[in-house]
Amino acid sequence: MPAADHSEYAIEVQHLDAHYGERQILKDVSLNVRHGEIMVIMGGSGSGKSTLLRHLLGLNTPTRGSIKLLGIDITQSSEKEMFDLRKKMGVAFQGGALFGSMSVEENVVLPLCEHTELDENTMRIMGRMKLEVVNLAGFEHLMPAELSGGMIKRAALARAIVMDPRLLFFDEPSAGLDPVAAVELDELILRLRQVMNITIVVVTHELESAFKIADRITVLDQGVILMTDTVEAVRNSDNPRIQSLLNRLPRDDAIDTDEYLERLTGI
Amino acid sequence: MECTTRSENGFTIVALSGEVDLHYSPKAREIILKYLGDKNHVLVDLADVSYIDSSGVASLVEGFQHARTHDLKFALMGVSEAAMQILQLSRLDKVFPIIASVADADQL
Repeated sequence: MPAADHSEYAIEVQHLDAHYGERQILKDVSLNVRHGEIMVIMGGSGSGKSTLLRHLLGLNTPTRGSIKLLGIDITQSSEKEMFDLRKKMGVAFQGGALFGSMSVEENVVLPLCEHTELDENTMRIMGRMKLEVVNLAGFEHLMPAELSGGMIKRAALARAIVMDPRLLFFDEPSAGLDPVAAVELDELILRLRQVMNITIVVVTHELESAFKIADRITVLDQGVILMTDTVEAVRNSDNPRIQSLLNRLPRDDAIDTDEYLERLTGI
Repeated sequence: MECTTRSENGFTIVALSGEVDLHYSPKAREIILKYLGDKNHVLVDLADVSYIDSSGVASLVEGFQHARTHDLKFALMGVSEAAMQILQLSRLDKVFPIIASVADADQL
């Protein structure tokens, strides 16, 4: 598929600051993702990785900085530009975010109903093809409440790729899955990139999954990018915070007594 | 996308070229279904297709299904490596009759 922009990068994030109220969540985050690359954003709970994802999706507005997706700065873009861009983006949310009152098939074809004027038959076939891809063939008439956790994630992925997106965002693909289902989902992500050349951003705290699928990994910690590099380089990093994340060690930061008491007492 | 048609060996050959995407696949679908609707055996030539997306493949699926239910012959021809990978993703390479050239149409 031809690229609409001529940049080497599908995603360019420059000097991003983000706040929730007074609290700064992301600090001067810069990150580039190449076309067709699988970038894993890794970090512990509270590292800011979900906030970064929300900004990449245009769901939150940053306090400072720019985010370019396929050459379009979404912090400055018009509604029309954003609408057109969304047709090229797929998102699989952590909990699936399927509509409970709609069947699996209705959920999967929803983006096509919203964004295209294709014939109903074409849409139905496209939806079912994607259910085949994620190994959910025959489950199209089930309701989300009737699906297991792994099936919900796969249905969400089917919906995310139903428009053949150029950018795919995947929040915690393996969280809550049994090891076999997690491995299958990782394999599927790799295959999608190989066949459809999708640029994929995966947010996860699952190390095994990150190491398996990533071309490069960005390690976020307390809102700051510690490093962005290949799997090998991240593994071999001598940064103590990265090593504690990789070795699952608890944080051992120095505690500022005044700050700590202020947080507890609000005074 | 460009689309040309010709008759050969008792088949109507629908040759698609360029990008068969969301924008153009309705046109491809319309042409394929039209020829099948007129009781023609159809070969869809994909040799010059640079990109085909799911909506394009869905149109081919619909054509094939129509052909089967109306006792007509239908096959894909000259499938490129890129198009083949898209078919393989949803295992459609095992579903569609796929031939290399018109000469192989006799086996359908």
